[in-house]
Amino acid sequence: MAASDPTPMRERAAEYLLRRHRFRAYEALPWLIAIAAFFVFPDRMTFGSQVLIMIMFALSLDLILGYAGIVTLGHAAFFGVGAYVVGLGAARLGYTEPISGLVAAALISALVGFITGWFLLRYRGLTLLMLTLATAIMFQEAGNLRSDISGGYDGLPGLVFQPLLGKFEYDLYGHTNYVYALVVLAVMFYFVRRITYSPFGQALTGIRENVRRMHAIGSPVHLRLVTVYTIAAGIAGVAGALFTQTNAYVTLTVFDFENSAKVMVMLILGGTGRLYGAFAGAAVYMLLEDHLSKLSPTFWQFGIGLLLVLAVLFARRGILGLFEDASAYIAKKRSKP
Amino acid sequence: MPPVANIAISILFDGLAYAMFLFIVSVGLSVTMGLMGFVNLAHGAFAMAGGYVVVSLTRTLGIDFIPSLIIAAVLVGAVSVVFERGLYRQLYKATDLEQVLLTIGLAFMAIATATYFYGPIPKSVPLPTWLQGDVNLGFRAFPTYRAFLIVLGVFLIAVLWYAFEKTNIGAKIRAAVDNRRMAESVGINVDLLFTLTFAVGSGLAALGGGLAIQLFGLSPSFAVLYLVLFLIVVAVGGLGSLKGTLLAALVLGVFDTAGKYLFAEAGGFFIYAMTVIVLLIKPAGFYGRE
Repeated sequence: MAASDPTPMRERAAEYLLRRHRFRAYEALPWLIAIAAFFVFPDRMTFGSQVLIMIMFALSLDLILGYAGIVTLGHAAFFGVGAYVVGLGAARLGYTEPISGLVAAALISALVGFITGWFLLRYRGLTLLMLTLATAIMFQEAGNLRSDISGGYDGLPGLVFQPLLGKFEYDLYGHTNYVYALVVLAVMFYFVRRITYSPFGQALTGIRENVRRMHAIGSPVHLRLVTVYTIAAGIAGVAGALFTQTNAYVTLTVFDFENSAKVMVMLILGGTGRLYGAFAGAAVYMLLEDHLSKLSPTFWQFGIGLLLVLAVLFARRGILGLFEDASAYIAKKRSKP
Repeated sequence: MPPVANIAISILFDGLAYAMFLFIVSVGLSVTMGLMGFVNLAHGAFAMAGGYVVVSLTRTLGIDFIPSLIIAAVLVGAVSVVFERGLYRQLYKATDLEQVLLTIGLAFMAIATATYFYGPIPKSVPLPTWLQGDVNLGFRAFPTYRAFLIVLGVFLIAVLWYAFEKTNIGAKIRAAVDNRRMAESVGINVDLLFTLTFAVGSGLAALGGGLAIQLFGLSPSFAVLYLVLFLIVVAVGGLGSLKGTLLAALVLGVFDTAGKYLFAEAGGFFIYAMTVIVLLIKPAGFYGRE
């Protein structure tokens, strides 16, 4: 009997987690594409680093939305806090070292995530949506209130940062920025991947799937949610900080509702709760936006709205979900000819 | 009259007019959310659609402002039934997230469509002469249009209150908001009831959109810009509560106006701070069910 002897069960659980944690060959694909893009499109690296930053932002949202099932409309708050930590540091305090700037942004955004999460994550549904939305707008309004410090909607233009690691100057084509963003994204990704395949990550999935049962088996649900919210806020803060550093400016529009909605749309298009959904979604969204919005911003907006409606009606698991369905369908066809 | 009292009266008057606009648009959202728990972020798009119908009717067809408002409300209400039957219906059992995404998608499409046909520049609407200028109430003059908005708002509140509290349909709606399953098991057709309230709510939103043109101007971003305010009114008031929606609209309208008069730079900060505080203390809003 398995119940009388807990050891095999524990071992089996541990083995299950380890098995899932192993890297698979296809996981190299997005990274190879990112490296290939560096050599194939050397003149588009400024755009490329923006894509990488949005991937990181979407990845942080995936942790709380895809894994823990927290629906938020205010994730831009943390992106914005990270962006302004670096921006204000450079413009007002004269602190321009980039990497320690990232660390500071991560810590301060995480702290903001911890404080707001502690209060907000007790709520659900519309109340939580409104609270997260209002929190993000409050940051924006507070920045607007003290536009003498934040620069208001004109922002903090023309920020100058020290060369990366004291050696690498920022070139006009954004090559340094691209490599910088890619390395930071790889570090963040490894971190997120570790979390999602850990027992903690399993507990989060449990909370998403059935919160009552998690309460019943004695899981500290609120603590777990606040923890993951704090981590996601920190990563979003790093994405925001990179945004300021690579663009050398920041305005209050980073706190916009549209920014929160955009990152959610990216994640949904790619597929939630599957790590690489953030990659597929953000890359596809940014590429489409880049091409279509040049043709006609109106048609782009209509298209993205239509895409959302269709995704909800027909492809609720996103682009990667469609791939999975297609490969399962092909496998089924092959097995019985 | 001392200047302080003068400002206070201005704030109260403008705040009241603003509150009536918020109430007229939000009340439908509140009742439909209370009935089905459906998060409808496209509600602002119905208001915007109403506004543009009014613009077209008055500017292109030369119909008077008041008949245009009524036509817009009826038209948008009727069209909204198509959306409800065709799209929304499929997602009643879906998660909050899916409802949010579907309706954000619809709002984006509505904004793009409006931009395509009307352009991004704010539109205005020709008012009949009796709504222009000021009306003198003896001790001071008030803008006629805002006075009209307040009178109309009070009239609609009275009608809705009567429909909600004194008619058979109102009793059914209240029963369904309280306990949907129980209401269904005693034979109330909640689906049909929902379609009806959805149509009326969207029609009222369209009416509000038409009324708002004179206050704020009408541009395609209206659909999202004021949506946050409507959602705040609904969340703070409590889902499905007429009384709560009215109270929230009044508080929000007067506070926001006061903020704009007295601390122009602080802008919306106080509104959002107030929303957060109210929701932290009463998560279901003033009159919502916990």
